[in-house]
Amino acid sequence: MNQRASRFAGSTRVLPGFGLSMGISVLFISLVLLLPITGLFGQLAGLSLAEYWAIITEGRVVASYMVTIGAAAVAALVNAVFGLLLAWVLVRYEFPGKRLLDALMDLPFALPTAVAGITLATLYAGSGWMGKLLEPTGFQVAYTWVGIALAMAFTSIPFVVRTVQPVLEDLPAEVDEAAMSLGATDGVAFRRVIMPHLWPALVTGTGLAFVRSLGEFGAIIFIAGNMPYETEITALMIFVKLQEYDYAGASAIASVVLFVSLALLLAINVWQGRFVRRLHGGKG
Amino acid sequence: MSIRLENISKHFGSTQALEPVNLDIHEGELVGLLGPSGSGKTTLLRIIAGLENADRTTPPGRILFGERDVTRVHVRDRRIGFVFQHYALFRHMSVYDNVAFGLTVMPRKERPSSGEIRARVFRLLEMVQLEHLAKRYPAQLSGGQQQRVSLARALAVKPDVLLLDEPFGALDAKVRQDLRRWLRRLHSELNFTSVFVTHDQEEALELSDRVVVMSNGRIEQIDTPDTLYRAPRNRFVFEFLGDVNHLEGSVHNGVLTCGNAYLNVDLPNGAEELLLRPHEVRLAEQPSDTCHLPVVVTAISPVGAEVRVELEADWLAKPWLATVRHADFERLEMKRGQHLYAHPRQWHRFNEHALPAAQATRVA
Repeated sequence: MNQRASRFAGSTRVLPGFGLSMGISVLFISLVLLLPITGLFGQLAGLSLAEYWAIITEGRVVASYMVTIGAAAVAALVNAVFGLLLAWVLVRYEFPGKRLLDALMDLPFALPTAVAGITLATLYAGSGWMGKLLEPTGFQVAYTWVGIALAMAFTSIPFVVRTVQPVLEDLPAEVDEAAMSLGATDGVAFRRVIMPHLWPALVTGTGLAFVRSLGEFGAIIFIAGNMPYETEITALMIFVKLQEYDYAGASAIASVVLFVSLALLLAINVWQGRFVRRLHGGKG
Repeated sequence: MSIRLENISKHFGSTQALEPVNLDIHEGELVGLLGPSGSGKTTLLRIIAGLENADRTTPPGRILFGERDVTRVHVRDRRIGFVFQHYALFRHMSVYDNVAFGLTVMPRKERPSSGEIRARVFRLLEMVQLEHLAKRYPAQLSGGQQQRVSLARALAVKPDVLLLDEPFGALDAKVRQDLRRWLRRLHSELNFTSVFVTHDQEEALELSDRVVVMSNGRIEQIDTPDTLYRAPRNRFVFEFLGDVNHLEGSVHNGVLTCGNAYLNVDLPNGAEELLLRPHEVRLAEQPSDTCHLPVVVTAISPVGAEVRVELEADWLAKPWLATVRHADFERLEMKRGQHLYAHPRQWHRFNEHALPAAQATRVA
C-alpha cells in the first residue's frame, strides 16, 4: 500500500513527463475508444430490458451467433496451427524469399477487407478457379459457412503469426540443442521444451484472431451468401438493423459482440499473466 | 571413452571454419580447446557433439568415440553431455525437472523408475551442492548456480563424453575461479572424458590435462600446459599464451641495434625480432657491455606476487611489461619517470620458415 502511495505521489518520480503523457493517453483513449462505446450504450438506454432481451434472442440473430462463433472458432483453430507453422518457418529457417513471405504476412492487415472478400468470392464461386476445381467433388466453399471461415482465416492469420514470431525469436536455438543432446526426439523436444514457451503467445494470438473474426464484415459478406438462419453473420445482422434505421436494435446486437470479445480478451490476459509469472520464477 | 577425430573439416558458405583436423583425446582426459574468437574451436566442439556436421571429404572425415564410429550418429544418440555458455536451461521447469529431463525422455524400456530418477537427480544436485534449490526455477538462481544445474543436467544421462562450450565465459571472475576448481575436482572424481572450449589462456592452462591451441581453423599445437608454455611451437602460440615484449632491430656483426639501444646476440646479419616474456626482463640501474637497453618506467602496479612495471623508450614501438620481485622493486626504489636499463634474461625468436621454428636463448 505504501509503495503504491509513493508511486502516485508525483514528487518522488524520477522519470519525467508522467502527467503529460498519461493525460494525453487517457484523452486519446477516451475520444477514440470510450466515447463511441458510450454512444453505443446511450443508444441502448432507449430500450427496456425486455425489449433488449427480445432483440438479442430473436431466432435469426441467434442463428447468426452460431454461424459466426462456429466459423470464427474453426478459423482461429486453423490459424493457430498454420500461424504457428508460418512463424516457425519464418524464424527458424533461412531461405530465399523469406523477407517477401514475412512482408506478405501483413497483407491481410493492409488490404481493405472488402477487396479480400470480393477476391475470395470470385475465386470460390462456381465459375471461379477454385470453384471449378472443387465443383466435381461436390464440396462448396462459396455461400456456405466454410467460405465464412475461410474469409475469417484470411483476415486474422497475422494475429497468430505476429504474436508467436517474437517469442520464437527470443527462444535461443540452444534450448532445442540442449534437449536433443539429452536424448529427446524432435517431437518430445517440441512438446516439452518449445511449446511451453509458445503457449501464452499462441493462445493470445488465437484469441485475438477469434475476436477479430467475430467482428469481421467486409471480407465475409461477399462470400457468405447471407441466407437467413444459414449463412448470416452477426455483423450483417447489425448492418441490416442499421439499414432499417433501427439504431437501438443494432446497438443491442453490437453490445453482445462487444461483451463476448471483451470477456475473452480479459480472460486471456489474466491467464497469460499467471503463466508468465511462472516462467519468470514466480517473481512476476 | 576416448575421442578420435580424423580429417574433420568444415565450411560455412565460402569460409573455411575448420581446416582438416586430426585429434586424439585419451580416455579420462580433460582437454581445453583454446583460441581467439573465430579460430574454429567452438565449431570443432559442436562437430564432436553432433550439433554440426563436418564437411563430406575424401578421404571421409571420421569421429570415433572409443571403437564406436559416431560420424553419422545424431546428437541425441551420441551419448554426450553438452554444457552451453549461456546455460540453456529450460526456464519453465524447476531445477529438479531440468536435471531429470534427460532421464524422463528416455524410451520407456530404458527409462529408470520414477523412484530411481528421483534418487539419481538428488544425488546429482547434492554433487553440485544445489539440493536445497530443487524446487526453484532457473530465473531465481545466480549465473554460477545455473551453470551448475546445467552441468548436473548434462551428467544425469551418464554421457560418454562431456563437452563444454565456454562454460565459465558468462560468469564473473570470482565465481569462475570457484567453478574451475570445482570442475577439476569433479573431473578427477568421476573420471569422464571432457573437452571444453575457452578463449582464456589462464583457464585453459589451469584446467586442462592437454591444451589444443587453435587459430584460423587450424590446430597450432597440442601439448600439456607446461610444455605449451615453455616450448611453444610457433609465434602464434607464444603470443597467445601470455604477455609478450617485442624487440625489433637489425643485427650487424653479432650486435642487434635499434635506435640508441643495442644487445649482443649470436645471430646472423639481417632484420630480427626477439620476443620476451615479462618475467624474462631484468631491470638494473646500469647497462652492461653486452646490453644497452635504456627505458623509462611509466606505470607501476604493485598488486600480487610480483610488481608489474610498464616501460617505454624511444626505440620501442610498443611499451614493454616487466615483472619484478618486490625485493628488487624496493632495492631499486622504483618510481614513475625513473630511467633504468633492461637486461633480457632470455629471449625467444620464431623463424616462420626455417625449422626448428622456435629458438630460446639464455643470456648470461
